[in-house]
Amino acid sequence: MSTTEHSELIDSDTGKLGMWLFLFTELFLFGGLFIVYAVMRSKYAHDFHHAALELNAFVGATNTVVLLVSSMTVAMSLTAIQQKRAGKAMGLLFLTLILAGVFMVNKYFEWGHKIGLHLYPGSDVMKTLPHGEIMFFGLYFMMTGLHALHVIIGGILLTIVIMRIKSGKINSEHYLLQENGALYWHLVDLIWIFLFPLLYLIT
Amino acid sequence: MNNHENHVSSDSANWTVLLILLILTTISILAIKIHLGPFTVALALLLASVKVTIVLTYFMHLKFENVLLRLMVCGVFLLFAVVIAITFIDYYFR
Amino acid sequence: MINSITKVPLNYLNHKNGLWSWLTTTDHKRIGLLYLYSITIFFCAAAILGLLMRIEKIAPGQTIMTAQTYNGMFTIHGIIMIFIVVIPGLAAVFGNFFLPIMIGAKDVAFPKLNLFSWYIYIFGALLGLYSQFANGHSPDTGWTFYVPYSAAASSNVVIALTAAFVLGFASILTGLNFIVTIHRMRAPGMTWFRMPLFPWSLYATAWIQLLATPIVGITLLMVIAERTLHIGFFDPALGGDPVLYQHLFWIYSHPAVYVMILPAMGVVTEIFPTFSQKPVFGYVPIVFSSMAIALVGYFVWGHHMFTSGISYESRWFFSFLTFIVAIPSAIKVFNWLSTMYGGSVDLKPPLLYAISFIFLFTIGGFTGLTLGSLATNIQLHNTDFVVAHFHYIIFGGMGFGFFAGIHYWFPKMYGRMYSIKWANIAWGFLFVGFNLLYFPLFVIGIQGMPRRYFDYDPKFQTGEVLSTIGAFILIFGLIGMISNLVYHSRRGPVAPANPWHGVTLEWQIPSPPPHENFDELPVITHDPYLFEHPHTK
Repeated sequence: MSTTEHSELIDSDTGKLGMWLFLFTELFLFGGLFIVYAVMRSKYAHDFHHAALELNAFVGATNTVVLLVSSMTVAMSLTAIQQKRAGKAMGLLFLTLILAGVFMVNKYFEWGHKIGLHLYPGSDVMKTLPHGEIMFFGLYFMMTGLHALHVIIGGILLTIVIMRIKSGKINSEHYLLQENGALYWHLVDLIWIFLFPLLYLIT
Repeated sequence: MNNHENHVSSDSANWTVLLILLILTTISILAIKIHLGPFTVALALLLASVKVTIVLTYFMHLKFENVLLRLMVCGVFLLFAVVIAITFIDYYFR
Repeated sequence: MINSITKVPLNYLNHKNGLWSWLTTTDHKRIGLLYLYSITIFFCAAAILGLLMRIEKIAPGQTIMTAQTYNGMFTIHGIIMIFIVVIPGLAAVFGNFFLPIMIGAKDVAFPKLNLFSWYIYIFGALLGLYSQFANGHSPDTGWTFYVPYSAAASSNVVIALTAAFVLGFASILTGLNFIVTIHRMRAPGMTWFRMPLFPWSLYATAWIQLLATPIVGITLLMVIAERTLHIGFFDPALGGDPVLYQHLFWIYSHPAVYVMILPAMGVVTEIFPTFSQKPVFGYVPIVFSSMAIALVGYFVWGHHMFTSGISYESRWFFSFLTFIVAIPSAIKVFNWLSTMYGGSVDLKPPLLYAISFIFLFTIGGFTGLTLGSLATNIQLHNTDFVVAHFHYIIFGGMGFGFFAGIHYWFPKMYGRMYSIKWANIAWGFLFVGFNLLYFPLFVIGIQGMPRRYFDYDPKFQTGEVLSTIGAFILIFGLIGMISNLVYHSRRGPVAPANPWHGVTLEWQIPSPPPHENFDELPVITHDPYLFEHPHTK
């Protein structure tokens, strides 16, 4: 029997299970921050309410809508590839990337606004605030920061998917990477679905 | 080699899911106007959980995956809930 | 299939030659050996650090190092042993090597990811080493990195924290790979309850690696954020809670000890039936007890925090759950002993180590209950009693389990046999040295000797001296054991495919195994421990 290398292509159910397991680790990674949030919120309910007024709920809501729509576009891109419509699939993924970009631009302005007001961890202004507000802002920056990092990673992943559709490596028969990329993107959406009310809607 | 589930979500199904998610989002935003005291968190989390379940079930295709995967997802969320609950046995009673 | 130049059968060792073929391999067996060699090197380094600490402790006051150096030593000894040796340990070495073979597969589910995991592991390990020598002095926080000291200390804490984070990532990826492998790659006919018990133990372990490790990952990032951004989660001056760090840290680090012990339990569960030539007693209870340990192990972390100021209700809860989690382990001990009972017992080195495992693990386990009991914990927390307890459990448990595994599977991995006589002699030194090293620490711990202390009251000196003598004897045993194995890996007599008359799949293929494990994938038609023709002496 010849000693062939293992097949390059991984069975799709196997690959998908691997991605789901990885998503579980991401959930627990953010979970640690949610534990801190839960503890601090229960301790400083009033300060949290007060600090959240600094946040712009409109921008937060816009970002929520942006991510929800992007989840739809990425799901639709899968339908498109399954229906052998590679062009449509790429277009929808490109739209997803644009929405991701909108999210990041919003994030940039939000953070920029707060940093401009010297409202960031370790700043001179931060030290003067009540304890609960310091906790709130610390959580705000760390949670949205880690989330934004995952938006970027997801965006890179989806870009690779677009390139592979273009080259034909991803097609209606073999689209595991696109499925997994979509799953990762949905995770980014999921986390934001929890972050939004906890950070923006506690006024 | 590729043994995908045969189910392909239609575009209209995806639009419907988005619509429901947007409606729930709107409800969450309007709900903060109602003063529920300690239950505001509970309501916010409840609505978020519903949205998350919908994303998992439809966008992430869990409805059409095998039972084992659904069991794992439930198990993961349950485990996390238990860990937070146990942590609060300390903080609640301090 | 014969290699035409050397006329030796083609196997995974001579399949391709040269360093590059090893560094780019995706063969799970070679990756297992890569882990074996890296782990052994780091183990020896950390063991030497341990020996140096014991030399320091042979007399009160400064003996061979300053207090600062001592603190740095127990920190790096802990970081290496916990994150680089014991947590990856058995799963990375024997899991990688034997999991696919034992379930009748050609490799793991994601072979390239497997290699990538090893590189991440090496990167993390080297970062850990780097933390010792970079600017500033080596970390002295203990491997537990407790705040507030870890947030304030002037040493290379951030590098060490990053190293631990990276190592955690490698652990997660290995766990992920194993879960998918077990779900998707079992041979035809191998239902879940026809899978041998070592793979089952790896399955339980992998779930812990997957779900618990991310929590310590984010916690370490939070400490980095404390140091660099003054984020304040653990700083009372800013509203934070230092005990919250302890919660988050132990939410991972307690399940981590089950990552350490479950594969070791799996290994001895393979050894007992083989060396008794009869099926494992209680296959199903062992399966469920492994999964139960993995699950309940998530709910006991507070027993590391009984004196930290947590609520009475939570102390009660954690103590109770700690007693509960001991039950499945006890079930296993019963099953192992029952496996031997009435069997054709052959006391070869693997069995010798496996029986020692039971003895040492039991002492570790019982003393864990002493610590898990609220009243006694107050006296014993942070004393050398704790140090003795965890060394019995981790070193006596996982360590001796590892030694059992290497003596069991060595002939399969290398196609050669070691000297049984020298293995037994080395075992003698190891066993005597181990108990002499650690048992006195129970005694002086009860008498009040604190842990992580560079200096001590002269009344403890007898215990400290006995312990140091034990350390030397232990080191001789380690040198003997390792040399015996290293020497015979190349020069030992050729070993048959099944020297121990085992019945699991790895014993049905040649020694060393061929590159793709099986010429034809097996079809499983019976339970894993069917001894149709038991070998009697």
